[in-house]
Amino acid sequence: MPSLGPSPYVPDPCCTTLAFYNLDTMFVRGLKRKCFDGEEDVEGTLAGIKAIPSYNLQRQSLLDMSLVKLQLCHMLVEPNLCRSVLIANTVRQIQEEMTQDGTWQMISTQSTGQTSLDRLVSTDILCRSSREQAEGKHVPGYGTLSKDFEGDEGQDSSETMSTASSVQAPRNLQGNVWEMENPQENKGNFQKSLDQIFETLENKSPNSVEDLFSEVDNSYYDLDTMLTGMMSNTKMGHCDGLETFSSPTNTASNSNCKSDLNELDHIVEILVES
Amino acid sequence: MQASPHCPANVPQPSSEEVTSGADIISTVEFNHTGELLATGDKGGRVVIFQREPESKNEPYNQGEYNVYSTFQSHEPEFDYLKSLEIEEKINKIKWLPQQNAAHSLLSTNDKTIKLWKITERDKRPEGYNLKDEEGKLKDLSTVTSLQVPVLKPMDLMVEVTPRRIFANGHTYHVNSISVNSDCETYMSADDLRINLWHLAITDRSFNIVDIKPANMEDLTEVITASEFHPHHCNLFVYSSSKGSLRLCDMRASALCDKHSKLYEEPEDPSNRSFFSEIISSVSDVKFSHSGRYMLTRDYLTVKVWDLNMETKPVETYQVHDYLRSKLCSLYENDCIFDKFECAWNGSDSVIMTGAYNNFFRMFDRNTKRDVTLEASRESSKPRAILKPRRVCVGGKRRKDDISVDSLDFTKKILHTAWHPTENIIAIAATNNLYIFQDKVNSEMH
Repeated sequence: MPSLGPSPYVPDPCCTTLAFYNLDTMFVRGLKRKCFDGEEDVEGTLAGIKAIPSYNLQRQSLLDMSLVKLQLCHMLVEPNLCRSVLIANTVRQIQEEMTQDGTWQMISTQSTGQTSLDRLVSTDILCRSSREQAEGKHVPGYGTLSKDFEGDEGQDSSETMSTASSVQAPRNLQGNVWEMENPQENKGNFQKSLDQIFETLENKSPNSVEDLFSEVDNSYYDLDTMLTGMMSNTKMGHCDGLETFSSPTNTASNSNCKSDLNELDHIVEILVES
Repeated sequence: MQASPHCPANVPQPSSEEVTSGADIISTVEFNHTGELLATGDKGGRVVIFQREPESKNEPYNQGEYNVYSTFQSHEPEFDYLKSLEIEEKINKIKWLPQQNAAHSLLSTNDKTIKLWKITERDKRPEGYNLKDEEGKLKDLSTVTSLQVPVLKPMDLMVEVTPRRIFANGHTYHVNSISVNSDCETYMSADDLRINLWHLAITDRSFNIVDIKPANMEDLTEVITASEFHPHHCNLFVYSSSKGSLRLCDMRASALCDKHSKLYEEPEDPSNRSFFSEIISSVSDVKFSHSGRYMLTRDYLTVKVWDLNMETKPVETYQVHDYLRSKLCSLYENDCIFDKFECAWNGSDSVIMTGAYNNFFRMFDRNTKRDVTLEASRESSKPRAILKPRRVCVGGKRRKDDISVDSLDFTKKILHTAWHPTENIIAIAATNNLYIFQDKVNSEMH
């Protein structure tokens, strides 16, 4: 592969390259800049390049990138455990620092309403924990978006997102109050989310990982489709998906845009009994 | 160093567009104990063995060159039906067994299964059977009038490779290293979380000697990255972790060596701390010196020499490509930060070698403290050409032929290198090409 000019290495095509010029310098220095108000640090080392994003924004970008990396699993081959562990540790580090900074809650409040489509983070998996779901609590994450896998669904998902956001708003306020009182809980939730990632990695079933993270498509869980999937056994994904959703962790009924899971439970019950 | 580039005979020569076929990517390189044979494994599950031509007076220029000796398919892709996952056939490691008779033996492993192969030569065949003719057809018995004793006649050399043992189902996670013990009876295999001890003759059982799997997978923060037996003490072995630590274990202490005898760890440098500190401290390879006194480790930016007697810090640290320190975020984004580079000692433990990007590899002389960067590429490696040292410039003064950091090709990485056990001959795997360089001038070890 010929080496080109300024950026010779091809970024992972599945990763959105967020524009963070000089991000490397910022991170390597390890300087913590207390820019809670989001004020941008203009370094102006190169003329004509837009202002350097703040440390917090860059840290956020790194966090997003890391989560995307964790979510993307090869379809057929087991994911590399060492890589996953290292990325997860990085995520934990960032989260711990953010908790200490107090920026963890800040990000949550900012995320209500419209957020950029560039955010690839699925909120539910980060926030959900089995205990919470049982109690019916909802803890909002960085944004209110679900992962957008197909490009052509961009239009639909933005509509879904606006709806979700508006529904989200009242819950967020409640959630925020809960959060600020219990920053430790928040940490626990995040930990739980990472744990879920690890459990799925351990189960080594990439299809279930994808099911965990992807937005639920209504038609997929049509009873007929499921039964067909079970009978013909052609798509392994279906079987794995069923296994995932039959576990108590995923019997949530209160997550945003996951009310279909209620139906799913019902369907699974029927199937299991039959 | 003089260059004598070799490509495995079964690999099609790439055209000028440098098309890399995935299955031909070399994934491991290993000399045998005498250096006469060199084995390579590739992503397609094949093993190619090269043999060094004996030196002859007739063709002085061909002396010591490596030619293809044998090629065989070691592993095939498999499918794990329980988990709905493919098991790659890529050969992760090859280790030679010390030669005990006319045959050669090696262990090859993919992610899950280790195989013992026996390589034998056949250069004679019996002729003059009583019941069969030359083609093997049964003779008409009426034509047989006398008895004869079959005689061994020379034939064209045939190399036969047969699988002697298959060590399967020992690992849940991906095998990253194998190491033959100095007792020549046992060997160990390490995956991300466990290390097993096998007897070379027994395939249905193995002993688990290290297990770092937490009771709750949620608590997993560290994995095993490499391991090796001590070259002389059959009870000692070392394993490295993704957090940058080394653990020396003594099998005499207990059956399960979860408690290390010695822990080698360098405290973190607070001035260099970043979110990537842990990732770049992950040890990708560990090798004992031939003397057994030192260990060599490779992490993302450095190679370190550790004295077995000193656990607090390495005795020597060499920067492989420190200019990448400011690029760590980009390298994290494109996953290059997770590349696992190997390292190697020369026969006298005076020089260490490791690979880098842009098809560069680096050598560090421990005595003179001098280092050199060389390139493994077709353009710069005409046969019998002297390799020219390369330089990466980081801004500031730029000399002619220097390469700037931003022009480095990160897809051309030299992960696997090997050094002949006694002579100054090195094997460099550059994606799907194998380069063998010999130092004809300084062929003796210093």
